[in-house]
Amino acid sequence: MQNIAEAFSLAFALVLSGDADLFEIVALSLQVSLTATLLSCLIGLPLGALVAIARFPGRGAVLVVMNALMGLPPVVVGLLVYLHLSRSGPLGFLGLLYTPTAMIIAQTILIAPIVAALSRQVLEDLHGEYAEQFRSFCLTRRQIVRALLWDGRYSLLTVGLAGFGRAVAEVGAVMIVGGNIDHLTRVMTTAIALETSRGELALALALGIVLLVIALGVNAGVQALRMSAVRQAYV
Amino acid sequence: MSEARPLPASLATARAVAVPILPLRLRGVGLRLGGAVILDGVDLDLGAGGCTMVMGPNGAGKSQLLKLLHGLTAPSAGTIDWNGHAPQAVRARQALVFQKPVLLRRSVAANVDFVLRARGLDRSRVSALLDHVGLAHKAAQPARHLSGGEAQRLALARALATDPEILFLDEPTASLDPASVQAIERIVARAREGGTRVIFVTHDIGQARRLADDVVFLHRGRVAEHGPARDFFRQPRTEAARRFLDGQLVV
Ligand SMILES: Nc1ncnc2c1ncn2[C@@H]1O[C@H](COP(=O)(O)OP(=O)(O)OP(=O)(O)O)[C@@H](O)[C@H]1O
Ligand SMILES: [Mg+2]
Repeated sequence: MQNIAEAFSLAFALVLSGDADLFEIVALSLQVSLTATLLSCLIGLPLGALVAIARFPGRGAVLVVMNALMGLPPVVVGLLVYLHLSRSGPLGFLGLLYTPTAMIIAQTILIAPIVAALSRQVLEDLHGEYAEQFRSFCLTRRQIVRALLWDGRYSLLTVGLAGFGRAVAEVGAVMIVGGNIDHLTRVMTTAIALETSRGELALALALGIVLLVIALGVNAGVQALRMSAVRQAYV
Repeated sequence: MSEARPLPASLATARAVAVPILPLRLRGVGLRLGGAVILDGVDLDLGAGGCTMVMGPNGAGKSQLLKLLHGLTAPSAGTIDWNGHAPQAVRARQALVFQKPVLLRRSVAANVDFVLRARGLDRSRVSALLDHVGLAHKAAQPARHLSGGEAQRLALARALATDPEILFLDEPTASLDPASVQAIERIVARAREGGTRVIFVTHDIGQARRLADDVVFLHRGRVAEHGPARDFFRQPRTEAARRFLDGQLVV
């Protein structure tokens, strides 16, 4: 184990030097994971809201599946996406394998279930409180979904954050479908894995520190937003 | 609370003429919740116009009765008939102010605007409605910061927003100061004069005397008494109602 202090100073030096490679890696990480988070919210939030308010036969089974999908192993998702996107796969003609798009697809599949399952829980609780009032207002299902998504917006921010955290931290899926190609598909986690395997522990640790700082920053931002919402009793 | 200002004429315009939903007829209505008998064998006839006060001890079934009439729950026995319509079918023509109002996590004005928008009504009425219940100065505040009485008034504004033919009020003045009670009573009286059928749950005997055209007295899930207000207050026919008015009847 190398000196942690050395890793920290290296991390600072790397960041302060404005190392172009480092920024490229960080930027790609954010681009891929934020896009995947956005897509997951577009899919997962309405889905979560619909399941939250709907009563249908087999709903219990749907909930079990939704919750189980939250634990999808990234390497399995990566492998499935790989099989579809590889030259011989059904979507091979798209030529997406080893591109950031493939990484976005894999991460979206990975975290959309997380967004759907967590938002379902949040919105079902909220709906429990609103349901009778909404029925008195004679709202359509569409109006109910919209109202729940809006009134739950600050709680849902935390849900989106959970998805983003999972995406930006995972290595298995992006490694398999991205290939960790320098200047093309290398993100923070795959870079860390690579540097570690090369024995460049300080560099790996430095990247890890940058990753942590980003995660902290995003969390702090969301937390601040939520606090201001709590002050207005909007949570 | 500020003096309640009347709604501008444009708000009180004649509602679209549809098939009337009064008189209301209940026959043998029963309600069971989780095995418990909440209402049992309720027969009730309410005519067009006026203000019916629903009274009775805690747990008598007053709130549950309103929910049945509004089509929020289905009776487990008997029939509820709004001049030939099922309760669910006429819910949009009614409004209910719940005993515990549920306010949206938005501003006071946005709470009223939400209803107007959802129902395709004129959204410029928000400020007039807030003015009407004396909440204009709170328009931009988060609704969940309102005091109990202010929350009741916001719920009333939301209910009036849809210009309902039937207005159910479940103890809307229970947590109000005397001046606010007066203001709410004026608003309700004005709605009644405007042709809104008011069905009002209260524990306040003085209030019932002031507002009632007729009184429904519920006791242990049954209509113990229903009659013109004068008769009810002067000479209640049942022992239960007599003791209730004397302040002795607890359950
Ligand atoms: N979901 C439920 N399951 C079982 N019992 C219920 C349920 N909801 C209400 N009750 C019971 O039904 C009875 C009537 O309730 P309701 O709320 O109509 O009383 P109320 O006349 O409005 O009383 P209050 O004056 O206290 O408002 C109560 O005894 C209550 O405990
Ligand atoms: Mg009640």
